[in-house]
Amino acid sequence: MADAVISWVGGPIVHGRPKGSFAVGEAITVSDTQLLGEVIRVAHDRIVAQIYGDTTGLRPGTRLEGTGRALSVTLGPHLLGGIFDGLLRPLVGDDPTDRSVVFEPGLSLGDTILPGQSIGAVVENGTKRQIPTPPGLGGTIETILPAGTYPMADPVAQVRGEDGVVHGLGMLEIWPIRRSRPIQRRLVPNRPMVTGQRILDSLFPVARGGKAAIPGGFGTGKTVLQETLAKWCDADIIVYVGCGERGNEMAEVLHEFPQLLDPRTGRPLMERTVVIANTSNMPVAAREASIYTAVTVGEYFRDQGLHVALMADSTSRWAEALREVSGRLGELPAEAGYPAYLSSRLAEFYERAARVETLSGAEGSLTLIGAVSPPAGDFSEPVTSHTKRYVRSFWGLDRERAQARFYPAIHPLQSYSEDAEAFAAWWAAKGNDQWDAQRRMMLTLLEEEARLERMTRIVGKDALPPSQQMVITAADLINEAILRQSAFSENDRYCSPARQTRMLRLVIRAIDLGNAALEAGVAPQDIASLPVLRQLKRMGEDIAEDDPAAFDRLGRDLERAFAHLSEEVPHAS
Amino acid sequence: MRAEITLNGTGRSIEGPLLTLRRNVDIGLNEAVDVIAQDGTSRFGRIAALDDDSMVVEVLESTAGLALSDIRLRVRGEPLTFQIGPDILGRVLDGIGRPIDGGPPIAAAENRRIDGEVLNPALRALPTDFIETGVTAIDLMNSLVRGQKLPIFSGGGLPHDRLAMEIATQARLRSDAGETFSIVFVGIGISYDTAASFRHVMDETGALAHTVMFLNMANDPSAQRILTPRYALTAAEYLAFGLGHHVLVVMTDITNYCEALREVSAGHGEIPSRKGYPGYLYSDLATLYERAGWMTGVAGTVTQVPILTMPSDDISHPIPDLTGYITEGQIVLDRVLDRKGIYPPINVLPSLSRLIDQGIGDGYTDADHPALAHQLFASYSKAVRTRVLASVVGRDGLTESDQQHLDFADLFEKQLVHQDGRRGLEESFGIAWELLRKLPGAELMRLSDEQIERHLKEPRAEQETLDD
Repeated sequence: MADAVISWVGGPIVHGRPKGSFAVGEAITVSDTQLLGEVIRVAHDRIVAQIYGDTTGLRPGTRLEGTGRALSVTLGPHLLGGIFDGLLRPLVGDDPTDRSVVFEPGLSLGDTILPGQSIGAVVENGTKRQIPTPPGLGGTIETILPAGTYPMADPVAQVRGEDGVVHGLGMLEIWPIRRSRPIQRRLVPNRPMVTGQRILDSLFPVARGGKAAIPGGFGTGKTVLQETLAKWCDADIIVYVGCGERGNEMAEVLHEFPQLLDPRTGRPLMERTVVIANTSNMPVAAREASIYTAVTVGEYFRDQGLHVALMADSTSRWAEALREVSGRLGELPAEAGYPAYLSSRLAEFYERAARVETLSGAEGSLTLIGAVSPPAGDFSEPVTSHTKRYVRSFWGLDRERAQARFYPAIHPLQSYSEDAEAFAAWWAAKGNDQWDAQRRMMLTLLEEEARLERMTRIVGKDALPPSQQMVITAADLINEAILRQSAFSENDRYCSPARQTRMLRLVIRAIDLGNAALEAGVAPQDIASLPVLRQLKRMGEDIAEDDPAAFDRLGRDLERAFAHLSEEVPHAS
Repeated sequence: MRAEITLNGTGRSIEGPLLTLRRNVDIGLNEAVDVIAQDGTSRFGRIAALDDDSMVVEVLESTAGLALSDIRLRVRGEPLTFQIGPDILGRVLDGIGRPIDGGPPIAAAENRRIDGEVLNPALRALPTDFIETGVTAIDLMNSLVRGQKLPIFSGGGLPHDRLAMEIATQARLRSDAGETFSIVFVGIGISYDTAASFRHVMDETGALAHTVMFLNMANDPSAQRILTPRYALTAAEYLAFGLGHHVLVVMTDITNYCEALREVSAGHGEIPSRKGYPGYLYSDLATLYERAGWMTGVAGTVTQVPILTMPSDDISHPIPDLTGYITEGQIVLDRVLDRKGIYPPINVLPSLSRLIDQGIGDGYTDADHPALAHQLFASYSKAVRTRVLASVVGRDGLTESDQQHLDFADLFEKQLVHQDGRRGLEESFGIAWELLRKLPGAELMRLSDEQIERHLKEPRAEQETLDD
């Protein structure tokens, strides 16, 4: 392996005089320290590397050692339920890969195995975690260990490949973080990822294997939304990467997730979660790597035929880390000081989201949800505007909604989902064949209301004709009853598609009844002040997931209230 | 720590704060050095870059008067540290931890790196304990929690100093478990008047006994200003994690800190980012703010209330903007409220405490506190929108409900936000429910029917329980 001697140090960047040949992207270690680094530039007499750690005390003369491979991480079943730094080193306790674990073989001698297929499982705390065959390794099983307890780092089987060479297979796998893992082929996303959040599932769905961005100024609720998604979305595996964000948020995830149960499996949420933390006070160069590490972990589980959702909070901090390192390298800055390759790096990241057929023929997916923190909440800045080019769902957070504590503060008129139409069939199969029409109706009403709102500022509310006053009542109902959803309410933090459908139907029915009453001559303010509307607006918090009868009762109350209202205007024109 | 070595006459160039010297000693990045000039004056600095035969020292004091010949360098052999001991409480120190109150030097019990240790996120405990500040707009709607970092966004001429002082002297826990509470007060680039008035209040209230003050004055060198919060936070960490105190750190003014950082960055010839501030302003501020917190298995906590003045009251300026992205909320002071005579002039709408849901509600304050806070936000925000409408179409053009909201907004500011002296949480609750009674019950969407029944239906009964 090549080595080099440090000739210059400054911040996280070192220069070295090489002996032997280094490759761009090669991982290096600094001798006598725990420090890891990566080669960024090579010349015949000099290498430039960034160091993923605190460089205090480094000095010229210190030796850098090449590792002969690109910056890589160790993947394996130990990742689930753990918290790791940007290079997947455990943040607490001993290295989990140093342990011995219970191995159960899934195949026997002479079986053929495809890359990605499971050779067996690690059994821990009553759960089985599969061990996939790494890409490029397939063939006939020559030896496999019987069930028992073995060190995690040891091989458990030997496979004779088609070329006749025998390879050892272990429970762990090493993969370079900047290279996407191979698949059979990409599939078109065909169904939404259910998030349990009404404004997302019903108005701006994201596809399983799709990509979404959550831009918002500070205090608009990006992190709460990301955490809510990580808790309740219907993925098999969650990869949560805190990139340059607060340490207390990581503490929150670690504190809350073990106590919450996955509504689908009844197991603690932490068991399906991998947390990667590079908080804002941790070394900046590792922040840049943490995003790639997270995607690599996501792809590893995807390749086992699982549906993975990756929450990246926040991609802006990652972009700033790029900018900082780029500045120290003296590269020419483009927009707002970001390097000119910002856009292509963002594209590389988001393009790793996919629904795929894995090497072993199973279906897996990786959904990417990136938070964006635009300076001053300005969506025209480079990171937000470039992100917009690559994502298909855009959930813009609005300061005014956040200030009124209207959460989630997603602005319905600044958000979109390019895949929405494609999911009407999925909703129909779930029992709502009106979904597309309902969605359009809600969006049209919200749009109309925004226009009227501007108008009332000039002429006053009373000057609006009754039909327009009804639009305001309807939009208010949609906002309060459907779009507002409390992440802290036991009843409302998760809303299943079936419950969403019930709520949508009630709200649409109320609007239809309201319009009919208006036709019959009822005054718009009498409709707006119906007590039953208050019940509708609070149904999310008041009616639990397992109480469909309460929705039926509310539906009957609604019909009765409007019937009563129409009776009171016998002399309607 | 290695023995100190002194070297002679090796200077090559001085550019701004950067001194380049021939490297004839084995020294590592970021290590602390003393630069001794011909006249014997000593300036301290640290190693900013190194190569085979030269080294760059960032001088943390003015380089005026330094000549290349006869420079001597004393190498300390370690990064900048702070020698600190328990008798630091009650003392007044300068921006780099040297006593300026005429007292004896501080007896060192520990030697801590001023950059602190990165708090491992996996070892952080979740901040939960509610701190009662005695300020209604904070306690009720933007609650402060132990281990939180909650800045005050202010503007020139607004009473942020008074508010900070009140929080520092009034703050207490709901459950008094006999824990030790101390204050670290950090003046960053402040004027003599401000420093004197802080000292005066501290003395008068007797708070100085459990306080340590760090004062970096406006005319101290700007490179030192960058170190002041680091020395202070090192003291806070020592008190909290070493001695088990609950420490409240009040830092004023972060804007001065950022100005100093910009000045030093420009001196280094770095590529500027927004408004000339360095691109790493976010990361740099994070190394200060992230030092708030609570660690699993350690008794003490560090809570930060940094104060910053927004240049031209602009909340989108890089300093408040980046701060807001790091801290767990913000308390925003408002000039219009101040002119109306409302004290404290806290505008609750842009204010936020991210940890409020972890510190209030059943078991902490009151089971109905979260719903009450949400309802106040929703109603006040509607009322403020109505005000805009009323300014165009006039009060008579409004519906009855809108007119009620208009009145609510005025009362909210005059009775709830405004206060003279400390107000207990229960008293704040009483005022808040009383205000909500002025609004039509059907519009209180954040309260359940039961909550409305309990608090808003029978004013008499409610009043009695309050008086208990």
